[in-house]
Amino acid sequence: MSAAIERPRAEPSPDTQPYWDGLARGEILLQRCAECGKFRHYPRPMCDGCFSFTHTWVAASGAATVHSWTVTHHPFHPFFRAKLPYALVTADLPEGVRVLAPLDGVDPATLRIGLKLRLGVDAEGLPVLRGAE
Amino acid sequence: MGLRDVAAISGIGETSYRRGEAQGSSLSLTLQASLAAIADAGLYPRDIDGVIPIASGAVVAEDFITNFGIPDLRFSATTPMGGASPVAAIQCAAAAIAAGICRHVLLPIGRTGYSGARISTRVHQMPQFRVVGEFEMPLGGIAPAQLYAPMARRHMELYGTTSRQLAEIAVSTRNHAILNGNAAMTKPITIDDHQDSRMISDPLRLLDCSLESDGGAAVVISAADAARDMRRPRVLISGMAEGHPDSPSVITQRPELTRLGIAKAAPRAFAMAGVTHADIDVAEIYDCFTYIVLCQLEDLGFCAKGEGGAFVEGGALGLGGRLPVNTHGGLLSQAHMAGMNHIVELVRQLRGDGGAAQVAGAEIGLVTGYGDMGDGSIAIMRRG
Repeated sequence: MSAAIERPRAEPSPDTQPYWDGLARGEILLQRCAECGKFRHYPRPMCDGCFSFTHTWVAASGAATVHSWTVTHHPFHPFFRAKLPYALVTADLPEGVRVLAPLDGVDPATLRIGLKLRLGVDAEGLPVLRGAE
Repeated sequence: MGLRDVAAISGIGETSYRRGEAQGSSLSLTLQASLAAIADAGLYPRDIDGVIPIASGAVVAEDFITNFGIPDLRFSATTPMGGASPVAAIQCAAAAIAAGICRHVLLPIGRTGYSGARISTRVHQMPQFRVVGEFEMPLGGIAPAQLYAPMARRHMELYGTTSRQLAEIAVSTRNHAILNGNAAMTKPITIDDHQDSRMISDPLRLLDCSLESDGGAAVVISAADAARDMRRPRVLISGMAEGHPDSPSVITQRPELTRLGIAKAAPRAFAMAGVTHADIDVAEIYDCFTYIVLCQLEDLGFCAKGEGGAFVEGGALGLGGRLPVNTHGGLLSQAHMAGMNHIVELVRQLRGDGGAAQVAGAEIGLVTGYGDMGDGSIAIMRRG
């Protein structure tokens, strides 16, 4: 019997661990500079606005609007073969950053730039975009 | 001005390009192509005093000292920009030559993209993909086709660009590959064939995607004065630049998704060369995906942002068209040599050695590189 095929994962760094800890609690955490207030994503140690190394973690509001997307039909990785086809959506958040997340429960054919979606965390502790209603 | 005409391409070399049984290791293919380029330049291997191996991880500068018996390698560097690396290495080589560090710089690549590890495996191991590897690959964004597809989708939504317009690029490129004689793909295709090809990651279909192939390619860049009296007619490097997009490591965070790094580099290269777009007789444009060609045509300034779809229609990129592009068959249909084959082809065209794909009277041309999520590089060359 072959081992189960696992989702590809990378080892978090001290800079990124709080983001993953937040997901495990069901929250999408965004970094906000403690000096100038600028949001940044994905997590990194320094603010590109004022070069401060201090920051706070703020839970995303969940509001999101479609920026672009792709629907994948080819199995680039065995873990995702059973999920084909699946849509990955880039969405703008009112906090000023953009996220990538799989689309759940929405027909990809209805996607258009500016469509409102809801950013959340799925049962596996990963970001997901669902219908806004 | 700048590095204009301080260096020239003096030699080019390629192995055969294959999709099949392995014909050698990456190192073997690299050395085979390098020897061919050195011989084309009329040099001996020991004459090489600079080398910029195109990072495949498998080959380092020391390999050339070991295998070629180079007594005094004076310059080595890498330009780790994925598919933008070979053309970016032209600027690096020219700068080293202008500084008097070395005279003959080898730019080699060899790949086992077909018989060895595939791209979706390789990207995991590239440090440039560290951020994507941590945050996007766990969600299913694994391969370049998926990471680039949202760029094409947004271009379509904003500007009305169509899949059939992308198909124009695939078809003209395949036509050129058929004329080349050393191309992995030699079966003619039509726009309908493209439309019927299976979806990989919407909107990119199979025939929008470049090949995974085996082979090697190399060029020798020499000081312009030395190249004047070498074996083959020199091709002067008149303008060159590299450019990096905003949010270079993560496409999803890029303010303008449809603007690539080459948009910053192109004006510098044109100004250095002292030429305009109307002077360009032939263009070898990095084509990992059809959309990346279309977007670069805009970012290079051949048309305005959003007009790339109309620009490529009606066979405009074919021989006899408005701007012949990828006269060798490119990454889409000749082979994926990370764009080194584009440099080789531009030199061939400007020497008048383009064979059945020769652009009549080609005197000035450009070559671009693209890689690592949006880095760009450009060189403008002329018959010397």
